[in-house]
Amino acid sequence: MTAWYQKTAHEIVDALMRGDATSLEVTQSYLDRIAAVDPQVDAYTQVWQDSALTQAEQIDQQLADGNIPGPLTGVPIALKELLCTTDGYTTCASRMLENFQSPYNGTVVRKLAKAGAIFLGKVNMDEFAMGSSTENSAIKKTRNPWNLRCVPGGSSGGSAASVAADCCTFSLGSDTGGSIRQPAALCGCVGLKPTYGRVSRYGLVAFASSLDQIGPLSKDVEDAALALNVICGKDVMDATSADLPVPDFRKALTGEVKGMKIGLPREYFTDALNPEMRELIEKAIDVFKAQGASFIEVSLPHTEYAVAVYYIICTAEASANLARFDGVRYGFRHPDASNVQELYVKSKSEGFGPEVQRRIMLGTYVLSSGYYDAYYLKAQKVRSLIKSDFDNAFAQCDVILTPTSPTQAFEFGAKTADPLEMYLSDIYTISTNLAAIPGISVPCGLTKDGLPAGLQLLGKPFDEATILRAAHCYEQNSGIDLGKAPIA
Amino acid sequence: MEFEAVIGMEVHVELNSKAKVFCACSTNFHASPNTNVCPVCLGMPGALPVMNRDMVDKSVAVGLALNCTISRWSKMDRKNYFYPDLAKNYQISQYDLPLCFDGYMDVETEETVRRVGITRAHMEEDTARNTHTLGNGESGVDFNRCGVPLLEIVTEPDIRSAQEAYEYLTQLKQILLYLDVSDCNMEEGSIRAEANISVRPVGSTQFGTKTEVKNVASFSGTMKAIAYEITRQIQVIKAGGVIEQETRGWDADRGITFSQRKKESAHDYRYFPEPDLVPIVVDEAWEQRIREQQPELPNARKRRFQQVYGLTSYDAMVLTLTRNMADFYENTVQAGADTKKAANWIMGDVQALCSEAKKELDETVLSSTHLAEMIQLIDAGEISGKIAKDVLAEMFVSGKAPKTIIEEQGLVQISDSDALLDAIQKVLAENTAQVEQYKAGKERVIGFLVGQVMKATTGKANPGMVNDLLKEELSK
Repeated sequence: MTAWYQKTAHEIVDALMRGDATSLEVTQSYLDRIAAVDPQVDAYTQVWQDSALTQAEQIDQQLADGNIPGPLTGVPIALKELLCTTDGYTTCASRMLENFQSPYNGTVVRKLAKAGAIFLGKVNMDEFAMGSSTENSAIKKTRNPWNLRCVPGGSSGGSAASVAADCCTFSLGSDTGGSIRQPAALCGCVGLKPTYGRVSRYGLVAFASSLDQIGPLSKDVEDAALALNVICGKDVMDATSADLPVPDFRKALTGEVKGMKIGLPREYFTDALNPEMRELIEKAIDVFKAQGASFIEVSLPHTEYAVAVYYIICTAEASANLARFDGVRYGFRHPDASNVQELYVKSKSEGFGPEVQRRIMLGTYVLSSGYYDAYYLKAQKVRSLIKSDFDNAFAQCDVILTPTSPTQAFEFGAKTADPLEMYLSDIYTISTNLAAIPGISVPCGLTKDGLPAGLQLLGKPFDEATILRAAHCYEQNSGIDLGKAPIA
Repeated sequence: MEFEAVIGMEVHVELNSKAKVFCACSTNFHASPNTNVCPVCLGMPGALPVMNRDMVDKSVAVGLALNCTISRWSKMDRKNYFYPDLAKNYQISQYDLPLCFDGYMDVETEETVRRVGITRAHMEEDTARNTHTLGNGESGVDFNRCGVPLLEIVTEPDIRSAQEAYEYLTQLKQILLYLDVSDCNMEEGSIRAEANISVRPVGSTQFGTKTEVKNVASFSGTMKAIAYEITRQIQVIKAGGVIEQETRGWDADRGITFSQRKKESAHDYRYFPEPDLVPIVVDEAWEQRIREQQPELPNARKRRFQQVYGLTSYDAMVLTLTRNMADFYENTVQAGADTKKAANWIMGDVQALCSEAKKELDETVLSSTHLAEMIQLIDAGEISGKIAKDVLAEMFVSGKAPKTIIEEQGLVQISDSDALLDAIQKVLAENTAQVEQYKAGKERVIGFLVGQVMKATTGKANPGMVNDLLKEELSK
């Protein structure tokens, strides 16, 4: 029999409902697993053993009383370090917030708790979600469970690694330009970025407000749907959350794609695409065809500007979002400052890491008087064009299929010397955020190095149901089983 | 060479919404420091603003009162600068698409009407309040004020004198109070004025270099600061100097302005659209709803008082100074009082009682119905005007009806000729010398005799009747 920690969230809920296990047994199984393998992976920044066991006891009591807390009853999960919780710390993997305790729980955290989920702790990330390898964490280095010499991707690297190492059922990450989907691909798990506005951002420490979105990283598509069911919906605390009906995303998982039209963007399948990735994607296309889907070529003509547009908009927003970290009210406060100006300069210079400082400076520059029109304003205009590209493409197809990441997981230090090289890790995922549409990454095989690869399915705004259905059908029919990451 | 001043005003008004603009915290000014705060107004990580509709409603009301166009589509922006009174180190404000724009206000004085263009009125959040008087060498920040809804009203450079600036501010405040959108309490900083001042040779169409005068505690202080600044600038130019673009403060004790910040240290605020908020769409129906709720504004009401109640322009102006007083006046008239008499009583005795009690009219127990009754009692000859003054004073304190007071204190006027004749005959018997004088043709002396009768009746006699009866008796 497989251990509880190897199971999915929906399997655990079913087992608890049937009385095959107690929440305490399941939770303990995960805590033991974390103790056994996390010292190698270093996904967790905080393990909340005591509170997790207390939560589990409460769940068992409720079940014994005949109450079912919710759709995630007894499901042990992990949270990215930038989700605000009154328990533990909310560090954003930054020295700036290393001792920061949030006075409130974010909306997703409240929803998960209400649904019966058990919080195992928090997981590592690139500082303030800025990065694609989790190497920018000020706390620790998280390793890819498939190869401990490689990065887990980022910025939700801890979220992906904890799922891949069976150290939680699913985890929550955040995705600003690919930060859920890219690490999910690199660690061989499912990663879903919902439509902008589908999930409340209240309690997500902002990197780029118009791009950030919370989503799950999970072991299978059904768990992604289950998690989305719980966390989505209009929130009065977030003006940008959408007041739209929320379907039961699990019901969308029919196992069928017959008649579905899938678009392949010409601009994503160029000679620049790594041949091994291309081969894996082509195999996946065959799986979809066998299930009755049809393919057409579509065009996203402004793709080449996406990275530039993204790095102007996200740095501009970040420069304002991170201004509040100044040592005055909370967070790192430099002890040797003789006036307020010095307090700002010293606290920020020592509290923020180099990548965060770089982005704050870039963002400040593009918003500056005399440069605003040339950079920020123009970037917003091109962003509209990128969005129209998708509108036009979706007039011809139901979903768009692309690779998730241009490469497999790379070794530590491989891209740290050249920020631009690192920025290109998100080349296939960035446009999704700019267009505010949903995207999901599902594993599509292993490379010859034995590292996972992912394919990405993009959908129309608020049509997560269709990409979940397609991803689920592929998962069920591809015959691909990555197996478990090779760690003890 | 003759110079003229060119002045534009920027006024910040704290709106009187119960909740802050982006969270549910109270806007109560008198709470202990840092008690009306939450993650949103403290700018805690992960917290998000959500716009309070009340701010938009009130801002639209101001915009309409100032004859502005209301933007069908506007947005909020981030104004970036570092200062400890700013929780997020950016202020949520409006930059290029203000909610209200292209309006005007007719500033009316006794002789003139000057139309002052309103460039814009835009919404923003107030900042926290810094304190440097904790006494231990530390500075404190009180975030209670952070996030209080603030409307900034900017004029065109249409004002030409310190007096006009003062009139503009006073009448703007009057309109805001009529609209009930702000308490306009200067001491608590709910209305704050800044003036942009330049001078130029008369006839010139070019603007001179302007200075900005800020942080003045009162409108009269602003007027003095502007007057000083105009004189200073003219002197500098006449002496061959140049005006530097700068921000100047006002030293009320010395009566001078002084340099605070030069232009070269001006901020680059790096405005950009606030991504945490959705655009503000005020459609025709929304604007119409506010338009229908608008009260009659001071100038219109003043004109109506002149036309409908036959008041002089001065009386109409005084009675419409506040909405409460104007309402009180109209209620008094509607309750049956003579229009002119009601005006005189309210502008005279009632105002005197209010200022003595240091109360606004609506803070007292005096009712307009009672005042109307009192005026009618005088007209009916039941009490004298003199007694009425005492009755009014009692009404002002106790809120009792005039008839009750008259009965309780036995103040009913004696209009019974038999009762009066007794008193008159007594007075005539006691003042034979004066009676002789009268009969000898010195008719003025009747005033003295009337006074004696009034005295004898402790003021309750109907003076008209006393006069008539006295004459009758003396001619016998």
